[in-house]
Amino acid sequence: MNCSEAEVLLHALIDGELDAGHAREVEAHLAACPACTEKLEAFGAMQEAMAAAHLKDAAPAHLRRRIEAAMPAPATRPAGPGKSRQATWRTFFGGLTIGTALSAAVAASLVIAVFRDDQNQQITSEIVSAHLRSLQANHLTDVETSDRHTVKPWFNGKIDVSPPVIDLTAQGFTLIGGRLDYIDGKEVASVVYRRREHVINLFVAQGLGSEHAAVAGATQHGFNVRHWTQGGLDFWAVSDINAGELDEFCQKLMGGLQPTPPPS
Amino acid sequence: MSADSDAERSRRFREAALPHLDDVFTLARYLTRDPVDAEDAVQECYLRALRHFDSYRGPAIKPWLLAILRNVCVAEFARRSKQPAPAESTEADVNEDATPMWQEPQASPEAALLRQHDDKTIRRLVDALPQPFREVIVLREVNDLSYGEIADVAGVPVGTVMSRLARARSMLRAAWNVAEGSTP
Repeated sequence: MNCSEAEVLLHALIDGELDAGHAREVEAHLAACPACTEKLEAFGAMQEAMAAAHLKDAAPAHLRRRIEAAMPAPATRPAGPGKSRQATWRTFFGGLTIGTALSAAVAASLVIAVFRDDQNQQITSEIVSAHLRSLQANHLTDVETSDRHTVKPWFNGKIDVSPPVIDLTAQGFTLIGGRLDYIDGKEVASVVYRRREHVINLFVAQGLGSEHAAVAGATQHGFNVRHWTQGGLDFWAVSDINAGELDEFCQKLMGGLQPTPPPS
Repeated sequence: MSADSDAERSRRFREAALPHLDDVFTLARYLTRDPVDAEDAVQECYLRALRHFDSYRGPAIKPWLLAILRNVCVAEFARRSKQPAPAESTEADVNEDATPMWQEPQASPEAALLRQHDDKTIRRLVDALPQPFREVIVLREVNDLSYGEIADVAGVPVGTVMSRLARARSMLRAAWNVAEGSTP
């Protein structure tokens, strides 16, 4: 290990973020390098000084009161004065889409079902339009990166759902970024993938279309569209890649989404 | 959805999110460097967090809240940057050569000197760091997040967190020693 490698890793050492193997390597380098040892001591002393100093601010009491006042009344308070506010908050959370009898039939078969209900046909049109818009308007991604740890937190606070972002690079589907879009009058997350020169938009939202436990699909204007419901979220994939490849993409995603972590 | 479940949800949100108010306010204060702007950002952060609480599934709520707070601040900076404002140096502007090089310690050991700064001086030095470095050092040393959590909050890979933290501490150490020289 040379000094420039050690220089980054010694921070991980004092932060307790190094695994035993790397820690041994850094320590071996430090034993032979007085310059790096001196840095370690200086940074360690600085960290101690920062820990001892009062660098954290207490939130002012009036701010705490303001925030509490903006929340719905707690359960202990009888409903009454707080009611109108509760009603306002409730509008933020739409009811869940009720599953149709179709979803059970679809789940029972391995064949890709064709959308029959009007709602999903209308959303299919909107999904294809949104896909075309994303390709034409030079607005494919709001956050452009192949790192899923960058895409996922980017959606925090922007949208009601936390869309799962799964890296499928090894399977031939490259993650290229994320974007906010509008489908059926609601904000939805789009996670964008690339397969060779073809773009795949994966739209994720709650209650977008009727529920489908298994993948259902349609073709419109030469674009393949797939939809399924998993973990309470509706997924809509659209692309001009062939149907077989889009099905493969959906299967890999569904596989990547399972098992869902236990609720904590 | 009944009013009871709304109130129940609100109660769960209070219990989970309000204990982190000081942490959220602290990050807001360091990011905005203005107590009044910080209050507005924190209030907006909590409103958004409550709105999106149903989608929260993460294991730790503190990094989730801090990520929302950061998004609020970044959006506000972007809005203000359309108006004429004092230039803020970004990571790209910061040249390795521009920061004073660490000078070799003289008679007294540096480690002992480093411990002598008071709270006010340390805050001033942290506030003077450019945004990406200030953010990473506050998330690590003040908010006490792990590298993985910092990566999630700042929206960068862990490798970038490590290199920024190394740069942040080097800059802080250099400034610290300069400040040391100027205090009696």
